[in-house]
Amino acid sequence: MLETVGLTAFYGDFQALFGVDLSLRVGETVAIIGANGAGKSTLMRSISGVIANGRAAIRFEGEAIGDLPAAKVVARGIAMVPEGRRLFASLSVEENLLMGNYGRKVDGPWTLGSVYDLFPILKERRDQSSTSLSGGQQQMVAIGRALMSNPRVLLCDEISLGLAPVVIRDIYAAFPRIKASGASIIIVEQDIGQAMKVADRVYCMMEGKVTLEGRAGDLSRDAIHAAYFGVHA
Amino acid sequence: MPQWGIETKTRASRAFLSVAAIVVAAGIAAPLFLSRSTIQDLFFILTMLVLAQCWNLLAGYAGLVSVGQQAFVGFGAYAMFACVSLAGFDPLIAIVLGGVAATLLSLPLGFFVFRLQGAYFAIGTWVVAEVVRLLLAQWRALGGGTGTSLPNTATRDMWAARLVADLLGVRSAQALDILTYWLALLLACLTMGFIYWLLRTRQGLGLAAIRDNQEAARSVGVDAASLKWAVYVSVAFVTGVCGALIYVQKARISPDAAFSVIDWTAYVIFIVVIGGIGTLEGPIVGVIVFFLLQNTLADYGSWYLLVLGLIGIGVMLFAPRGLWGLFTDRTGIQFFPVRRRLVKRQEDASTDALQGGRDG
Amino acid sequence: MNWLDTILQGVLLGGLYALFAAGLSLVFGIMRLVNLAHGDLIVVAAFLILVLVTGLGLNPFLAALVALPVMFAAGWALQYFILNRTLGDDILPPLLVTFGLSIVIQNALLEGFSADSRRVPAGSLETMSLPLGPVTVGVMPLLTFLSAIAVIVVLNQIFYRTALGRAFRATSDDMVTAGLMGVEPKRIFATATGIAMVVVTIAALYLGTRANFDPTIGPARLIYAFEAVIIGGLGSLWGTLLGGIIIGVAQTVGAAVNPEWQILAGHLAFLIVLLVRPRGLFPRAID
Repeated sequence: MLETVGLTAFYGDFQALFGVDLSLRVGETVAIIGANGAGKSTLMRSISGVIANGRAAIRFEGEAIGDLPAAKVVARGIAMVPEGRRLFASLSVEENLLMGNYGRKVDGPWTLGSVYDLFPILKERRDQSSTSLSGGQQQMVAIGRALMSNPRVLLCDEISLGLAPVVIRDIYAAFPRIKASGASIIIVEQDIGQAMKVADRVYCMMEGKVTLEGRAGDLSRDAIHAAYFGVHA
Repeated sequence: MPQWGIETKTRASRAFLSVAAIVVAAGIAAPLFLSRSTIQDLFFILTMLVLAQCWNLLAGYAGLVSVGQQAFVGFGAYAMFACVSLAGFDPLIAIVLGGVAATLLSLPLGFFVFRLQGAYFAIGTWVVAEVVRLLLAQWRALGGGTGTSLPNTATRDMWAARLVADLLGVRSAQALDILTYWLALLLACLTMGFIYWLLRTRQGLGLAAIRDNQEAARSVGVDAASLKWAVYVSVAFVTGVCGALIYVQKARISPDAAFSVIDWTAYVIFIVVIGGIGTLEGPIVGVIVFFLLQNTLADYGSWYLLVLGLIGIGVMLFAPRGLWGLFTDRTGIQFFPVRRRLVKRQEDASTDALQGGRDG
Repeated sequence: MNWLDTILQGVLLGGLYALFAAGLSLVFGIMRLVNLAHGDLIVVAAFLILVLVTGLGLNPFLAALVALPVMFAAGWALQYFILNRTLGDDILPPLLVTFGLSIVIQNALLEGFSADSRRVPAGSLETMSLPLGPVTVGVMPLLTFLSAIAVIVVLNQIFYRTALGRAFRATSDDMVTAGLMGVEPKRIFATATGIAMVVVTIAALYLGTRANFDPTIGPARLIYAFEAVIIGGLGSLWGTLLGGIIIGVAQTVGAAVNPEWQILAGHLAFLIVLLVRPRGLFPRAID
């Protein structure tokens, strides 16, 4: 349903992606792993429309969407949980969640009620400022906010970054329910173990290219290690 | 073995220096062969150039977008009038005192406007200029709201004007025009020399650093606040001198004219923006374009300002570096290079360029 | 001299200044843009109302109602097609473009309407007054003040209670992430300026009916508005109303002492507040 075809991306003169081919099938969860600077976040920002690309480089449900701005991409059903959570500081928790469906109001499993069901702590904190929450709770708001648009594809960029292991486990505990709601998911992770647990397939990136791709269960530690660090054992 | 050195001069700038010397020489000689009205036009152009260079230093280099420079033009002019009309000073001395008065005014004004940031600084400068105008309109001895004229004798009896009259064999009114023109030429040269010198010093580099990134500049030890203060105060002095000089020539003053935001700030902003903000060449190009436009559209009343405003908006939107920016982009020519370049030179090359480039 | 009356007139005048300022404050709060042509846009709206009143014989309030959508559209287009191009880290482009716009508007109005002073005729309302305890107040000044309160209440409702208001605040916080929510910042900014122009039109109704105006009075209105915003503290609309009242009272008290001191007294009040409370009376916690 979503694929990138020879995707390249630039920051000014600096090239961050060199021809990335990736595909995501309906209902699937794909993990993208790789070291810092491998281009994972750039890939997410390209798909979500934060970075403009060539029209044909990204296809979603048969249509070329590479040149659409972020607001048009989310309207088509691709929502992103951005790296660093990026909550709106002057909005309350509930207002942050309500922003999630600003550009895409469709009927689906996700409403304010079902998001509170998924993360009950947010219901208690609904009127608080988003800056008063703990890191893990902020991450829950960011995920809930993306879910509010009932996305066909959910992009999660580094959601475990800076969080304690026990908090990361809590957050990933929500993923089976998100999957069950019908969304296809792409997660970007540096934590390989966590990524392998939730993903059906894994892409490994290095220096702006995909160096390895395969089913999560089929990849050996050595192969991932080689693809991750560029060391050929 | 090649040696590296730091230079700011370019071939074009060296050629330009000799051309500039010829232009200035011709400018000094101009009253000998140009008509009185042309000299008056040149006086106008030169004073606008001084104001434009000052505003350019403020906004284009120090990031201080002032819409209140008329405060210093008007205050310098009023101080000159007070010195001449009330205290009986020679106008030449009063011009310098006008600059001193504007400098003193800049201290309390700066105290207020520096409390405001960015865009609010701009309107803040406008408010304090209004306050100064309203206060001076209360000064009955200088005509209050309706204004006053310089006593005829004061300008006619200036020793310098008499000297010019005797030297060139012209009548006193014309001698005054020639004298003020020469002073404007001197002021323009000194102003541009001062700004060029400032931009090539360590402090000038600091200014560029602040403009590019205030935080980073602070982290390498550039004191942004005092640099901005220094620029604000020195610009006030030059603007005050210029205002006083303009009103020696006009010989009649009123608060509305001396503190006109259109005449002393709007025109000046358009000159700098159209010519190219953040360059020394830009205001020169701008003032020439401005004068040509004014002469062409002089008969069309408010259409003139309308067109000027539209051109200013168009330049800002589509060529933010102005006409001079367009020219350097095409040709790479700079007459007043302030950028330091690393150049390879032979061992026996002179080291004066090295000494010239005191890198910070 | 009746001091109570003087102060009351000043408070009511403050309502007019708050109306001048509310649009400026709204636009600055959302996109950090200071529109130096704000005062001239008020004058444009006043001329539009004048044309509708004298040309079509409409009642001024009806004329303002007709002018509202026109001014909204003009503000929307101005922001979308011109001012959005100037937004960024550099403060020069928006300042210089709006300054140029101010000059263009003034001279276009001079060309179209001459420099004559005008007034929007409001019929018997102009002279009607109400006894209020020991003093009497004019109906128009009272209406102005009540309108200012209504405008502030409505703007606050929009800002804090609607999806549009959430989008305004979210975009102001973080434009890129707002985009990920489906917000198109350019349209949001255009809508904000459109709303500011609606407030401008309401301000123009009272500007035009209460006093004479001509094409060149815009910058002075911008300055009053700016002073009210700074005194109140950036981002607080109620603070802006208080700022307007302080300027208004200072002006009427100054004028009562000496008619030539009216404007000066207002400016001095502003400078005193700037001196003792540089961030205004009700500064927002985060800027």
